[in-house]
Amino acid sequence: MIPMHYYLILSAALFFVGVYGFIARKNLLAVLISVELVLNAVEINFCVFNRYLYPQQMEGMFFSLFGIAIAAAETAVAIAIIMNIYRNLQNIDVRHIDSLKH
Amino acid sequence: MEFTLLIPALPLLCFLFLGLAGHKLCPRAAGLVGTLSMALSTALAWATACIYFFATPHAGGYEQIVPMATDWLCFSQRLVISVGVLLDPISVMMLVVITTVSLMVHIYSLGYMEGERGFQRYYAFLSLFSFSMLGLVVAPNIFQMYIFWELVGVSSYLLIGFYYTKPSAVAASKKAFIVTRFADLGFLVGILVLSYYTGTFDLGALTADKGSLVIASTAGASFMGLSVASWAMALIFMGGAGKSAMFPLHIWLPDAMEGPTPVSALIHAATMVVAGVYLVARLFPVYVFAAPDVLQMIGYIGAFTALFAAVIAVTQTDIKRVLAFSTISQIAYMMTALGVSGYGAQEGPGYMASMFHLFTHAFFKALLFLGAGAVIHAVHSNEMAEMGSLRKYMPVTNIVFLIACLAIAGIPPFSGFFSKDEILAAAFEHDKLLFGVLWVVAGLTAFYMFRLYYNIFWGRERQYHHKPHEASWMMLAPLVVLAVLTCVTGFIPFADFVSSDGAPLHTHIEWPIALSGIAVALVGIFAATLLYRRGGDLPDRIAARLGGFYRATSRKFYMDELWMFVTKKIIFRLISTPIAWFDKHVIDGTMDAIGLSAHRSSSAIKGLQSGKVQFYAWIFVVGALVIAIWQLFF
Repeated sequence: MIPMHYYLILSAALFFVGVYGFIARKNLLAVLISVELVLNAVEINFCVFNRYLYPQQMEGMFFSLFGIAIAAAETAVAIAIIMNIYRNLQNIDVRHIDSLKH
Repeated sequence: MEFTLLIPALPLLCFLFLGLAGHKLCPRAAGLVGTLSMALSTALAWATACIYFFATPHAGGYEQIVPMATDWLCFSQRLVISVGVLLDPISVMMLVVITTVSLMVHIYSLGYMEGERGFQRYYAFLSLFSFSMLGLVVAPNIFQMYIFWELVGVSSYLLIGFYYTKPSAVAASKKAFIVTRFADLGFLVGILVLSYYTGTFDLGALTADKGSLVIASTAGASFMGLSVASWAMALIFMGGAGKSAMFPLHIWLPDAMEGPTPVSALIHAATMVVAGVYLVARLFPVYVFAAPDVLQMIGYIGAFTALFAAVIAVTQTDIKRVLAFSTISQIAYMMTALGVSGYGAQEGPGYMASMFHLFTHAFFKALLFLGAGAVIHAVHSNEMAEMGSLRKYMPVTNIVFLIACLAIAGIPPFSGFFSKDEILAAAFEHDKLLFGVLWVVAGLTAFYMFRLYYNIFWGRERQYHHKPHEASWMMLAPLVVLAVLTCVTGFIPFADFVSSDGAPLHTHIEWPIALSGIAVALVGIFAATLLYRRGGDLPDRIAARLGGFYRATSRKFYMDELWMFVTKKIIFRLISTPIAWFDKHVIDGTMDAIGLSAHRSSSAIKGLQSGKVQFYAWIFVVGALVIAIWQLFF
């Protein structure tokens, strides 16, 4: 059986890749993809802890399924927002989306 | 007698109508509306007088009757403020005086104010004043009196400042308002002290049964060595002294002459300025029995003011100011008469004399002011130096003015003689010193009135820009009516109607005193004739000889400067300026500091709100990491 910390390292790496993408990428779609990476890192953690700590139970797995469903819904909403932003600003660069500041 | 409510109500309706819709009417129509409503009030007032004095059965004296009263504010079982109408001999007498003089002024103003801007406004204010003054005299309780007292103050303010584009008129109206308002503060405190102890505002209850309620309720209470009753009555007198221009609160009245002349005749000669006398007379039993020391003081203040104002009047060159000081002097005469009076049939002739003089003075002083108004209208100046020999151009005004001068000088058979004789007799009975002062004042009065008369109607012919003309009939008719009243009112058996306890008083002319009064008046007239009839330079040489005294007198004994010193140098500098500094720097400073700190801190951190989403995320991640590390290691 593969030791647990292998999974955790993978999940941590995935998480920080997502965080880096969220902060560093300028394209809104790329930012959205980075958010999905962060979510997936969390879901891996759910599955791993469920499998290693409570092998008789399935809650962690179900939670991951919930997370995937919610991520899908969130992506739908986010893409709709991004499309509207593009219609209004002809641009999806995060650096230019600051008109609510004023 | 319920219709007496209409006497003040008609001018009120007229004020509301003219105030709201006056500018839509043509000026003459507005004037006629005001005059007609005043005429109705006058007719009602005369009818009230006839019914009250002749048609109501009265055995041994006139009672106070209250035909109309409703509770307005109920504070407690006992402390109720009602509004209504109270009729007794002096209030009925005042109703007649006010409505008659007011009607004359309304008619006169149709001519005098013709073509002025704000003619409708003028009539609206006249109606407001008439309403307030009538409400004041019929007040059955002291609080209603106070309310109307302030209303006459405000309408006086509005009318003095009628020519509001003239800075001097604005200053004069403010001065009048502030000085009388300052005095009214005393009045209000007096009312509150009195009602705190007696638990009532009702004038009938306060004065009933020789003021026994006041005496009983304030018995034993004293403050700083003076009894509470004396304090209350002295404070109430302060209000009266302010309105009636007693020394040292007289400074507003000469300046009030900035208003239109008919207004001076109505407000600052015949009606409002006697409100103080009326107030003391209204509370007379309380003064006599509960605060005799205050009454004594009123007598001395009155006598001093009478002399003081008469001396100043001799040197003034503005004809309206001469009349203003003469008004102060004559009102002080009335005050002195009250001060020397006692209560009841034997001791009370002073009270009757005071009211009698108030009655006759209202007519002849209104006549003097309206006559002066006709002169001012003709020569377009208030200064004596620009008048002279006007008798050729204005024969009718000349005659009526002469009648009024003779009346105020106390020459029989004109009305002033009778009332002045009663005052002198009452003073002689009570206090020889006061009698002496009043006697001298009588001579001075005759002198300065005839100085005025000769300077206007005799003396040198002046260079007039255009020929002076006699006034129009609308101005002459009130003059003639008032002149007739001046001739006949002295023969009214006043003592039968008005006395301190309501019972008829039996008086007769005290011939030795009357003759001495006539003699001193004749001396005054003779001196004035000698000095001013031909208009030589003798008066100027006498003035030069008197030097400093003359200058001090013509500057009104520097009372204005003294008041300015007290207010500006002492009150403003020592009290107001530190308070203003505290307000500006400590109170405002605290508030400013709170606002400023919010402003500063927000401008310091507003850079964080950049609108850059990724910057927020960066801060969020760093924050989360910091918290995580802190949780792990500490």
